[in-house]
This record gives sequence, structure tokens and C-alpha cells, in this order.
Amino acid sequence: MKTSHIILLVIIAVAIGVIISTTGDASQYVSFKEAYQMSKDGDDDKVHVVGKLKKAPDGTIVGMFYNPIINPNRFEFILVDNNKEEHPVIYQNAKPQDFDKSEQVVIVGNVKGNVFVADEILMKCPSKYEEKEVKASL
Amino acid sequence: MFDLAIGDFGHLFVIISFISSLIATIAYFKASQANPLYNQNNSKDFISWRNFARWTYFLHAFSVFGVVVSLFSLIYGHHYEYHYAWSHSSNSLPWYYMISCFWEGQEGSFLLWIFWHVLLGLILIKVNKTWEAPLMAVFCLVQTFLASMIIGVVIPVLEIKIGSSPFILLKDYMGNLPVYSINPNFIPKDGTGLNPLLQNYWMVIHPPTLFLGFAATIVPFAYMMAGLWQKQYKEWVRPALPWALFASVVLGTGILMGGYWAYETLNFGGYWNWDPVENAVFVPWLILIACIHTMIIYRNNSSALVMSIILVAAMYILILYSTFLTRSGILGESSVHSFTDLGLSGQLFIYLMTFIALVIFLISKTWKNIPKTDKDLSIYTRDFWIFIGVATLCVAAFQIITTTSFPVYNAIGRSFGLKWNIAAPPDQEAHYSFWQIGFAILIAFLSGIGQFFWWQKIDSKKLWNSIAVPIILAFLITSIILISGPIGWTDIKIERPSYILLLLFSLFSLFSNISIFFSVIKNNYRLAGGAIAHIGVALMLIGILYSSGFSKTISLNSSGLLYSKQLSNEQNAENILLFRNDPQRMKEFSLKYKGSRLEAKGYPDYLNKDYLIQLENPELVVTRKDVVYDGEVYYKKGDTIKISPENTYYEVEYTKNGKDTFNLFPRLQKNKKMGSIASPDIKRFAGRDLYSHLSMVPVEDEEREWSETEEYKVRQGDTIFINDYITILDEMERLTSLPAIKLAPEDIAVRAHIRILGKEGKNFSLHPVYVIKISEGNMVGIVPDVNEDLGIRVALLNIDPKTETFTLGVNTSQKDYIILKVVEKPLINLLWLGTFLLVIGMTMAIVRRYQEFKKMRDKGQEV
Repeated sequence: MKTSHIILLVIIAVAIGVIISTTGDASQYVSFKEAYQMSKDGDDDKVHVVGKLKKAPDGTIVGMFYNPIINPNRFEFILVDNNKEEHPVIYQNAKPQDFDKSEQVVIVGNVKGNVFVADEILMKCPSKYEEKEVKASL
Repeated sequence: MFDLAIGDFGHLFVIISFISSLIATIAYFKASQANPLYNQNNSKDFISWRNFARWTYFLHAFSVFGVVVSLFSLIYGHHYEYHYAWSHSSNSLPWYYMISCFWEGQEGSFLLWIFWHVLLGLILIKVNKTWEAPLMAVFCLVQTFLASMIIGVVIPVLEIKIGSSPFILLKDYMGNLPVYSINPNFIPKDGTGLNPLLQNYWMVIHPPTLFLGFAATIVPFAYMMAGLWQKQYKEWVRPALPWALFASVVLGTGILMGGYWAYETLNFGGYWNWDPVENAVFVPWLILIACIHTMIIYRNNSSALVMSIILVAAMYILILYSTFLTRSGILGESSVHSFTDLGLSGQLFIYLMTFIALVIFLISKTWKNIPKTDKDLSIYTRDFWIFIGVATLCVAAFQIITTTSFPVYNAIGRSFGLKWNIAAPPDQEAHYSFWQIGFAILIAFLSGIGQFFWWQKIDSKKLWNSIAVPIILAFLITSIILISGPIGWTDIKIERPSYILLLLFSLFSLFSNISIFFSVIKNNYRLAGGAIAHIGVALMLIGILYSSGFSKTISLNSSGLLYSKQLSNEQNAENILLFRNDPQRMKEFSLKYKGSRLEAKGYPDYLNKDYLIQLENPELVVTRKDVVYDGEVYYKKGDTIKISPENTYYEVEYTKNGKDTFNLFPRLQKNKKMGSIASPDIKRFAGRDLYSHLSMVPVEDEEREWSETEEYKVRQGDTIFINDYITILDEMERLTSLPAIKLAPEDIAVRAHIRILGKEGKNFSLHPVYVIKISEGNMVGIVPDVNEDLGIRVALLNIDPKTETFTLGVNTSQKDYIILKVVEKPLINLLWLGTFLLVIGMTMAIVRRYQEFKKMRDKGQEV
């Protein structure tokens, strides 16, 4: 066997390793139902859940709690996922700026005990990048 | 009135530039066929085709300049009837940021890319004697595809839109606005402005640099394609090499400038975030570096030649792929950089696929003619070590692109009707680091050892002789560093085996290359580029290892309170709460938040917001005190000052070990396009950076919640209690002038002097004002005063002259505070220093390789 063949084999082996690890590390977009089911089954993989903030009919956000005076590193809110299922979410960090204005929220984390603990929050804000309206000053 | 002429000219130039580059492609193709490189005849046919092609290219160049000038005059002249000017510029923007407006939008950034291509093409025509025709044929083909992206034409029958023109009228872009039904000639008075986040000098130089790097990658690719086509399988490498080096140095600098900007401006906490767009550019750069290495040794090794061909092709395909990722909208929300979809995704996909097909076709057609070898590699040759290094770079690139392409997999799955919902790894940093640290260790090792083989064919004895010293030094210093943590010399303890290995091999590479540098420079300093570049790489690796691997959040919550019963609090207590003027300890620092600040153009310091009165125009404030800096009075009491309203700075005083004091001003930007954005402020020490950014600030004044007003009727000298603080009305004062309010002689203005006795003997004073404008029919004006330290607002509500009593209205609120995250980044300066050396080393290599090319060209041995 030639040296170059050995090198080639090693490269292929590493490349396969890369693919396997990428598949293994990949997360999934799931609903709350699936996330809770996973926790029941003892699966603590981190997942993505897409949803909206719970709002009262007048548009105010319901169930959001952040008091930095007591603890700047604890933020709680209620997320309604795309199947209209709602659950409390805990984020052990400062409340993200502009959180109230977000149109859609993606949380990354898993269910611990009975609450979803988010490690990361991604927000989709309505005005991001493209101004959709002209403030007409006639 | 709409100024239609500029847009019409611009659009005409766009169309000319597209057609002329298409014609130039054909003409250069014809010229190459009339005069193939392997059988040069310089026939009349060739000369006429070549001259025609040249002139068409010059026309193309002229029209591209025309497009650039037209677009710039739209922006510069505030022609808001055009969408591009309206959405990227505004009246108050200084001229140097108008340059940035140019490439803020997708069309403009394509134009920037096209513009660099034009310049590079002109240089290529100038410097090449024989390569011009086939080279420029490939070049112009790419250029045609690029020009089609901004052409903005609809094919009549098929209703297919090609490209997106930057010269669209606002009316055509958003024609359904109600304004236009009232006034079809409506022109906005001001634009929406350049994203304030980009109003930063880095954003003036980073995009052009990056795009120049992007554009320059076409040169090695075009040489390679021309070489295969013209049966010059080997000869294309020499002229392509200096350009490959040039592209990699410019692209690399561009990438790092972006990282540096992100470090200074965004709150990622670092210079590299594994953002899909960063990755998409970094991957072709890695491949470019790999192919530079094989291109250097192609002459004696046919395997290296085959690899060079494949790698150059792969590199350019990856450039096109990254363009597709960034601009098709496929990344969606997963990146900060991605442009919105302009409906170009189909076109971009065709662009990518065309070149993939072309490359595969050309390589497979010529495959049997490309020289190859059956010779096996010996471990004691430089080629062996270079191949391992190249393989490492390629696998590293493969790993990054595999993970970056997640949105693409979902899109592919969906196009086959599958419901794919895979998402990127939740802990991206851990995922990438797991692999990339391994590759970095290998690269450090190889760049150390490979250099010894570079300069001589070495047998094992000679090798050991030359690497003994670097190995001993590396082991020695690594051991000292390892024990210095536990015995308390530093607070960095290196425990992970992967970190130890990376440190060891980076040091080995550093010392090896330093020793190579000294032995090379004795003979010919021109050849030292490689050694310098590799010293740079070694320093960068050490800088990255420390600044990222040992980046430490020092704003840990030290109050000792366990906030949550449900969850352990260890992992995420990274933010510290600072009340105004209430110092908190944090490691060896004492931190004091001193209040919010604003900046004004022409004033070198920050303005204290407490002394400013906001006027209706958000850009204007009136000062209640003289503004003095360094003995010079910049603004007098009552002056109106023009500020930048979107940025608020929060002054935090750091006192180190009770002695040295410095202030940092982390920023919060109210960004109309992106919401609130926190930017850090960085204190740079030689050995580390102290990186501070806001995690949260209380709501703005208008949204603030105050308690219900409590009223107190008092006389001068009376004492009341507000929030348990003793509060004394010391005296009343009649005023003759007020900032921000004009007083007539008969008007009455009274100011109360109120003293609040705070904790620990600290007193605060408040000065609410009461005005009766007799000149305007006894109109009453009340100007309350707020003390942010205590969260108390006092207004003078009424004056009863008979009883000499004054009515005070008191509200209380949350005390002013900020939440801060402070991170320490050790040895980050090594990263910047290493980058600098890498650029110097590679620039030296460019000069050397270009001189080689010129020498051969002038001998008439270009091919």
C-alpha cells in the first residue's frame, strides 16, 4: 500500500467522522408536545421551538416576568407554539432587548423538570433590515 | 419633480455594461480560437478579434464607471424619488458614510464586485502578453453573469425578471402606498438612512476590501480554466500564483476586518461567531490557502499540479456558493449579514450551476492529458508534508461548510416533498471547536515541521539537528505556562489536553519559523515571506487559543444569593446589576455606573444627559449648564446642541485595586432598522482586553412608570420624608432667564432648592421650576427635576403667595440602573499582531512571485 493511499483513506475516514458528528450534533425544530415527550423519555437533546408570545386580547404580553433587581439573570415568559400549545419558558440570562416587540421567537434548549429552559433566544423583529412603510411627511 | 435623467442614464449604462461584457466574451473566445496558445500564429484574424474584444471591454469598463457615478450621484444628491437613495441614505449623513450607502444594498454590493472586476480586468490586459484572449474570455463570462444581477429587465412574453436594478423609482418599488394616489409626484423629504450600525469607519473599508478579495479570486480561476482549455496544463500556474496570493491576502484581511468590526460593535462577545456568512467566506479562503501551497510545488510534482487544478476550481465554486448562500435569502434569520431576497435566487442558482458544469466538463475532458505520476511520496520530502497540510485545510473547510449548509439541506429536502426540520447544532461553538481545534493543532505542527523540508531535502539526522532547539524551547515554555497557573503566577489554568497540544505545537511552529527566518534572511531577504507568514499564523493560533479558550466572564453575580430554587444558578449568572452611583465589586475592579451620556458632533467628550433638555426634534437638546472640556467652553448654558439621538452611552467607572481609574462607555443604539443594539466598550491592556457590554437598560423616559403623585404643602425650611429620605426645602429663588423657555420681563419663574439627605452623609439637590407666563395669559409651566440615583421626581405644582406655601408633587420610580456583562479576553493582541505578520509575509511572497512571472514573460516564455 502506498503512502498516498493511506493519506487518502485517513482523509475519507475524517470526512465520514465529520458527517456523522454533524448529524449527531444537529438539532431539530419541534413542537412543545414533542419537546415534553422527549424529556419524559429521558432524552435531553437540545431542540428548537418556534412560537409567539402569549398575548391578551388588547395586545399586552401575558406571563412575562423579569425583575433585574431581584435577579438580572432570570427571565420568564410564556410561549405559544405553532400548535397553539403554551408553556412557560425560563431563560437564565438578561432579558433580550426588544423582546416585547418580537413577532416570532425561536427558543433553543430542552425541558428540565416541567419547564422549558432556553439556552438561547432568537427573535424575529418586524422591522428587521427592510423598512416596509414610508412615514410620509407631505 | 422627479429627476428621471440620472436613473435613465444609470439604467442605460447597466444595460450597456451587460451587453458589452457578453460581446467581449464572444470576441475573446473567437480570438482565442484564431490564435490558440499551443499554436501561436498571431494571424490577422486574431488581431482583429482581439482588438475588437479589447475595445468592447473598454466600453464595458466605461459603462460600469457610468453606473457607479450615476448611483453615487443619486445618493449624494439626495434623490429620494429613487428607492436606493431613499432606503440607504438620509439628509444628515456625512459624505464619507455616503460611500457606505453605496454597498449597503444588495445591488450596490454587486456593483462594487463588478467594479473591482473591471479594474482587475484592465490590469490583466495590461500585464499579459499571450494569455489575454483565453484569460479574458473566461473573465468576461463571469462578468456577464454578474452584470445580469443588476440589469433589472423583464423579458416581455415570459414575464421573467432578470436582475434587480438599483435605479428603481420608489414609486415603482412601493407603488401601492396611499400617498401616490393623492400625489403621484410624491418625493420623500428625507431617506430612511444608512443603518447606524454601519456608520463606523470599519464599514467604510471592510466591504470594499472583502469584495476586492472576492473579485480577485477570479484571476487564478480564469488562468486555470484558460490553461485547461488551451492545453497549457502546467503553464497557467506561474502567472496565476501571485494573483492567488493577492486574493488570499486581501480576502483574509477583509474577513479579519469584519471580525474586528463585530468585536467592537456587536455584542456577540467576540470576533468570530461561526455565523453562516462569515463561514461561507472563510471556507473558500481556506481552500485558496491550500491551493497556494500546491501551486508553489507544481513544477516538480504532477500530483501537486492535479491538486492545484481541482483546488482552484473548488475554491471558485465555493465563492459562488457563498454568494448564493448570502444573497438568495436561504439563510433567512440564521445570520446577521444575509441580504433580503430580491428574487434573484433562481438566477444565482443558474450562475452557480453553470460554472459547476463548466468546470466538471473542462476537467473531465482534459483529464487524460494532465500530467500525472505514479511515484510514491517519501516522508522525507517537503511535498509529503505539504500534502498533509493541504489535506488538513481541505477537511477543515469541509467540516465548516457541512454544518453551515443546514438551511440548504432543508431546502433540498423540501423540494423533494420531504418535511425536513433539522436545525444547526444548539451549541455551535462547541461543535465547531471540537473539530477545528484538532485541525489547528495539525496545522501548527505541519507549519513548523514543513518549513524545514521546504528549504532542503533532509535526511532524518539533519532534521533532528535542526528541529531540536524549537522542540526543546516549545516544551520548556509550555511547561512553564502549565505550572504558572497552579502556582498562582497567572489565573489561567490550562487543563484541557487539546489546549495544551495547541499551545505546544503553536509554540513549536513559532520557534521553528523564527529559526528558519534567520537562516533564510542571511541569504536573501526576499525569500523570507513564507517564514514571516507562518510566524504570523502561529501567533494567531496562540492569540485565538487564549482570547477564546480562556475568555472569562468576570461580571459574575457575587452577591451570594441563590435566586432560584428550581434551577442551579451556576451556569448563567453572567450579568451584574449596577445602580447609579452605587459601586459594586467585580474581581480586582470596583464598578460604578455614573449615568447616561450622549454625543454631539464637534464635542470631544460625552454630554451628560442629566443636564440636557430634549427638544421636540430628536436631534436637538438644550444644555442647562456650561459644557466645558479641557478648559474650553464648548456650549454655554441655554445653547441648543445637535446630538446623534440614536446612540446613548452609559458611563461606567472602573477602579482597579482601589487605585487606577478609567471610564468605559458601552453603547446602546436605537436602530430604526434593527431595534436596540448594544455595542461594547473595550479597555485594552497589553496582555488582555476588558470587554464590557450592556445586557439591559431600563426603559426610556417616556415609557417609564412612576408612582402616583403625592402632594406636600410646605414652606421654606420645612422637612418632609420622601421614600424615607429626609428632604428639606431650603429656599426659593426668582429666576430671570431659563434654558429652553423664553421669558418676557413680566413673567414669573421660581426655582426651588430642595435637599435630600442620602445614605452615608451623601446629599442630593433637586431644582424644580415653576413658571407663570403672564405675557401669555397666565399660562403655567412646570419643569420637574429628577434624581436618578434615588429614582425621585419632584415638581413644583403650585405657589400660594398669601400663605407662602408651596405645593410639591413627588413621584418615585425604579432607581436608574444598567445590567452589564464584562468579559476578559487574554492575549487578544497576539491575534492582531499575527494577522499583521501574515499580511506582511504574504505580500512579500506576492512581490517575489510576480517578479518571477515578469521575468519569464519578458523572456517570451509566458507559456
